[in-house]
Amino acid sequence: MNLYEMTAHRLHDLLARKEITSRELTESVLKRVEEVEGRIHAYITLTPDMALEQAVAADLRIQKGEAEPLTGIPLAVKDVICTRGVRTTCGSHILENFIPPYDATVTEKLKAAGAVFIGKTNMDEFAMGSSTENSFYGPSRNPWDLDRIPGGSSGGSAAAVAADECIVSLGSDTGGSIRQPAACCGVVGMKPTYGRVSRYGLVAFASSLDQIGPFSKDVRDTALLLNAISGHEPRDSTSVDLPVPDYTRALGGDVRGMVLGVPQETFGKGIDPEVAGSVREAIEVLIKLGAKIVDVSLPHSDYALAVYYIIAPCEASSNLARYDGVKYGFRAGGGEDLLDMYQETRWQGFGAEVKRRIMLGTYALSAGYYDAYYLKASRVRTLIRKDFEEAFRRCDALILPTAPTPAFRLGEKVDDPLQMYLSDIFTIPCNLAGLPGLSLPCGFTGEGLPIGLQILGNFFQEEKILRVAWAFEQNTEHHLRKPIL
Amino acid sequence: MKKDTSLCYHFFKPSLGDPKMKISGQEVEHVALLARLKFSQAEKERFTTQLNSILEYMDKLKELDTSQVEPTFHAVTRKNVFREDQVLPSSPQDLTLSNAPDGDRGFFRVPKIIE
Amino acid sequence: MEYEPVIGLEVHAQLLTRSKIFCGCSTLFGAEANTHTCPVCTGLPGSLPVLNQKVVEFTVRAALATRCKIAPYSQFARKNYFYPDLPKGYQISQYELPLSTDGYVEVQVDSQKKKIGLIRIHMEEDAGKLLHDLSSERGASSYVDFNRTGVPLIEIVSAPDIRSPEEAAAYLRKLRAILMFLDICDGNMEEGSFRCDANISLRPKGQKAFGVKTELKNMNSFRNVQKALDYEVRRQTALLDQGDRVIQETRLWDAARGVTASMRGKEEAHDYRYFPDPDLVPLVIDPQWVEKIRAGLPELPDQKKGRFIRDYGIPEYDAEILTSSKALANYYEECLRTYNQPKIVSNWIMSELLRELKRDEREIEECPVPAGNLAEMLKMIEEGVISGKIAKSVFEEMYRTGNRAQEIVKEKGLVQVSDTSTIEKAIDQVLAANPGEVEAYRKGKDKVFGFFVGQVMKATQGKANPALVNELLKKKL
Repeated sequence: MNLYEMTAHRLHDLLARKEITSRELTESVLKRVEEVEGRIHAYITLTPDMALEQAVAADLRIQKGEAEPLTGIPLAVKDVICTRGVRTTCGSHILENFIPPYDATVTEKLKAAGAVFIGKTNMDEFAMGSSTENSFYGPSRNPWDLDRIPGGSSGGSAAAVAADECIVSLGSDTGGSIRQPAACCGVVGMKPTYGRVSRYGLVAFASSLDQIGPFSKDVRDTALLLNAISGHEPRDSTSVDLPVPDYTRALGGDVRGMVLGVPQETFGKGIDPEVAGSVREAIEVLIKLGAKIVDVSLPHSDYALAVYYIIAPCEASSNLARYDGVKYGFRAGGGEDLLDMYQETRWQGFGAEVKRRIMLGTYALSAGYYDAYYLKASRVRTLIRKDFEEAFRRCDALILPTAPTPAFRLGEKVDDPLQMYLSDIFTIPCNLAGLPGLSLPCGFTGEGLPIGLQILGNFFQEEKILRVAWAFEQNTEHHLRKPIL
Repeated sequence: MKKDTSLCYHFFKPSLGDPKMKISGQEVEHVALLARLKFSQAEKERFTTQLNSILEYMDKLKELDTSQVEPTFHAVTRKNVFREDQVLPSSPQDLTLSNAPDGDRGFFRVPKIIE
Repeated sequence: MEYEPVIGLEVHAQLLTRSKIFCGCSTLFGAEANTHTCPVCTGLPGSLPVLNQKVVEFTVRAALATRCKIAPYSQFARKNYFYPDLPKGYQISQYELPLSTDGYVEVQVDSQKKKIGLIRIHMEEDAGKLLHDLSSERGASSYVDFNRTGVPLIEIVSAPDIRSPEEAAAYLRKLRAILMFLDICDGNMEEGSFRCDANISLRPKGQKAFGVKTELKNMNSFRNVQKALDYEVRRQTALLDQGDRVIQETRLWDAARGVTASMRGKEEAHDYRYFPDPDLVPLVIDPQWVEKIRAGLPELPDQKKGRFIRDYGIPEYDAEILTSSKALANYYEECLRTYNQPKIVSNWIMSELLRELKRDEREIEECPVPAGNLAEMLKMIEEGVISGKIAKSVFEEMYRTGNRAQEIVKEKGLVQVSDTSTIEKAIDQVLAANPGEVEAYRKGKDKVFGFFVGQVMKATQGKANPALVNELLKKKL
């Protein structure tokens, strides 16, 4: 097996035993990137020089016996997360040459852990999208079928892991932007509880929904990354002050006696029959492993999409007002006055989906509409949260599909925004409630496209999710399949 | 109606052409101005249609009676997050201006503002 | 038709915290452009605000001092609009859930006491500074300095209870004094740490309904606020008398030309699209913390005034003036430490000292006569070293030069003459020189006495002790 195909935990063992060096490993990954990146386009910016420097530094640490689980491990970071001195574009023209003067907290933590940064990954512009087709830098492609989307908005991060262009990666999830691409690309993707991971340095899309989370090839790597990036942050007022457990201790158990809820609203919603079939099989596996399955109801599921597509654009319209060409980023030339400058800059700088959501959000917050839209949606958000509270009284975790369909074709949904939004119907509710969720591969379609199983947990119950995920993974082999590139 | 004690103007919704339309082309223009965006005629028409179908979909929420429900504006239940009144080092001037499209003698330069 | 002005005032006061409201940058004024900035206050992508606790404490102080209710639950909101001095494209402020509401400020105008209601006091962040350069070779440009963005402000909105420009000025003075007494604001209108906008409308006397209001901006001193309001009253009166309507708009005060000018047509309708800021969690103010703050409040103007009346036995009118600013109250009490004659000191300050300051448009903080010096001089009057009349010119000299009374009196030879024989000599001279008047006086023309006093004073260069002159003159006549 090539080094670039391995998991972080396996590589950590090899590094710690000095059987390999981080430099070798990094070179292996970089070579892989050279081989396949032209077809996948997972990255916006590659940082091979920095990576090699970091690899050398990591090797020194490992020599001294000071290795942490991620020391020397090549990873990628979604281009919505600030990296000091390295261009951070958010998939947009308007930040094409923006070089942050500071590191996001998660970047700081990973650097402190000795990780090796391969580059910044492609994404839907400002994290708005479900296919990575909204990137100014062109779409990324699904390693399992290059004519298909890798999911979005963290499509680059998902594809990079699936194609072994990095060992693990970070993405961000506002309405499913980690979980849905993870399902499309056959990797593990997790969104932690809101407030578990600091948002300082995460370029904001919808502030009350955004969270950073890991992509990896297996559940153990997910736990390792979660350990590394979680924790209270004084620079983020929404960061929660709770101790971080060692998430790897949630692994190695079983699901005997666990109660898993299946939302009955799930299987009616225009769900692809192969997806439905695969998820049902997964449920059978869990039953065989000793879990008890109960039916639960999330009665307001139907409204989640509407709630999300009001709240997120409203917050986004405000968060994106800072892109005005004054202080950083793209500024359109030739304008006569300030108003011209603003309008030209934003018209040229933003893509269609971003403009659409800014318009929607601006409208929904405007005088006379606030009550009917933002306030109303915020109240329904409470109902959705209460649905989960009810459900979790009766079960440890929820099981459902991640997405209603496997990865669709590039260009298939670009002209119909509402159709595109429907890709998120299973992932959105947990963002609204602030709950943690994970997607891992549970099967493949007849055409060989990955299908994702989603596990949702109660607040700060990442351990229960990981426990279920690990048990399922260890008793199946979907995570061992790799795309042929 | 929102209480408004600040000194701002109110936006009065112009009359709609088509009563079935949620947002008219004229409103789209007004919203575009608020958001400092502009559109070509073709884009404006496309946006108007798309926004209308999205807003139609939002009408679903009217089905729910939320009169007794408190809104959720935050996903966390934390309250009272503070920092001490302590001066911390600022960024050096050149770093603050490092991404400026038009930095000039320590300032950010912008074209004239119509006063 | 008689109209009554209805005025509401909106004050923005910068708070004297060391660091900004949402980040650790310094709030000190006057630094080189863009040197007190960081990712948070320049709105860099990914930056987040964290609230400075001192800002809340100071706002609670202001609320307590103005008898406002403190909201048990309070929240920040975003006020969205585009302007180069606003880096995030929104200002973090408070909207539906301000920290405090429903207070009042007591003012006195022409010995009429009145309560001016406060609708609310809330916290927000200041914007940056813009410098305009119309003649730049690069074409008309503006230059942005973000040092000021994020400096904490409180916004104090009064009820439309003010009925005259004088009342408005009195309200502002009182409010400013309160904030300065609380040590939360330095009240410096020139540097922009205390700003005021006004809303004014007219209605026929007796009518309950409000008329159409205009908003006034760009008034950078109490005097200008009063002038602008005066002008606006006249302007609106003229319009209404002609049967025209007042248009609701924003007008800028032009101090040079003494008029308000419409901004109409140059300003779009603002729709701030307020919504609760998702990056800042709500505030739940602990009543115990409020009590602790209340216990630690310094003496406020009204309390100090009460104490002055009680302890110094001075009239309310005097006490009101002396406590109109903390600095003046301190000046007064410092004088009393050297020369404990409350009424005399009070008289001198209110007449001579404040007159000089007002002429120069100076505040007490810039008074060239230290409190100790004034006290010394007053002692000299009591001791008979100089007469009260001479003291007035001595004082003017003290104000002009900053020198002590002793030096001036010595230098100019102004020591009062209380030597009986000298005065008698002068009297004899005067009486000898004016036999006719002496005759007239002895015949009963009392008024001539004053003439003699004047002559004696003249003969002694005004230095004769007036009381002695009177006494000795009477004896001789």
